Amino acid sequence: MKITKISLAIALMIAVAFTSCKPKDADIQAGVETALKAEPKSATTKVEVKEGVVTLTGECGDAVCKANCEKLASAVKGVKLPVVNNLTVTPPPAPVAAPVSTTTVMDAKVMQTIKDGLKDIKGVVVDFATGKPMLSGEVSAADRMKIMQMQSSAKVMFDVTKLMTKK
Amino acid sequence: MALQDKYAELVQAAHAHGVANFSVAEQNGVLHVSGTAANTATYDALWALYAKIDPDMASGDLMMNIDIKADAGGQLKVTTDASNLNIRNTPSTEGEVVGKAAHGETVTLVEKTDDSWWKVRTADGEEGYAFAQYLSPM
Repeated sequence: MKITKISLAIALMIAVAFTSCKPKDADIQAGVETALKAEPKSATTKVEVKEGVVTLTGECGDAVCKANCEKLASAVKGVKLPVVNNLTVTPPPAPVAAPVSTTTVMDAKVMQTIKDGLKDIKGVVVDFATGKPMLSGEVSAADRMKIMQMQSSAKVMFDVTKLMTKK
Repeated sequence: MALQDKYAELVQAAHAHGVANFSVAEQNGVLHVSGTAANTATYDALWALYAKIDPDMASGDLMMNIDIKADAGGQLKVTTDASNLNIRNTPSTEGEVVGKAAHGETVTLVEKTDDSWWKVRTADGEEGYAFAQYLSPM
């Protein structure tokens, strides 16, 4: 009777010991993940913890971010040092190409294209005095769409604030 | 970012319709979207969305540079309101009229000379430049 009680107690202790081991890694992982929030460029990093050893994988914005993540992770309680830092540094994205859809030069050819396009639309007048095609008059909603489509193909922004739409 | 939010529906639709080479860029308060729509229906749908998001399209904050996929040899429909479409010997209204295509007629694309003028060939064999705005890829 006594023996079974003792063995039960031992079994219980073993069980407690085992289960207490598991959440520990989970706790460390949560702790590291929280700590990494201090590094804004670490959004795509992954944290793995095995028996207290932390492995960082994923992408970091730059070398500073990589080093900072390691530092932050190392400072978390329960982490076995050193932290395995397998973070890769993402090269900075190529600068965004300037939009292709605008021509800045209002030359004779562009003006002619605009005039050609507007020629068959009734009720619209175009003025190039300001350097930007200024449209005025009153057109139907369908014609207004044609005008905007023309703007896109001429690759020049029109000023249509004075262009009215027929109700 | 605000402009991208305003036209988010348009951008999503462009992706959903599989607009090729689609790009979105914001510059000086204007959102530039460009790409090539597979067909006229997609093109029309995107323009209808633009008109819905920005009534009267008067804000001047969107440059929608979407064209329709048209390959040399492809068929184009003449979409004038009613009149004939002039076919000229140079890509300009200065060019001499060398032929005419009737409203609703089908012509063949020879080359996209630029965004405004396309070289076409009529069923009668007349070849020259026509204003692209009145040509819809079929």
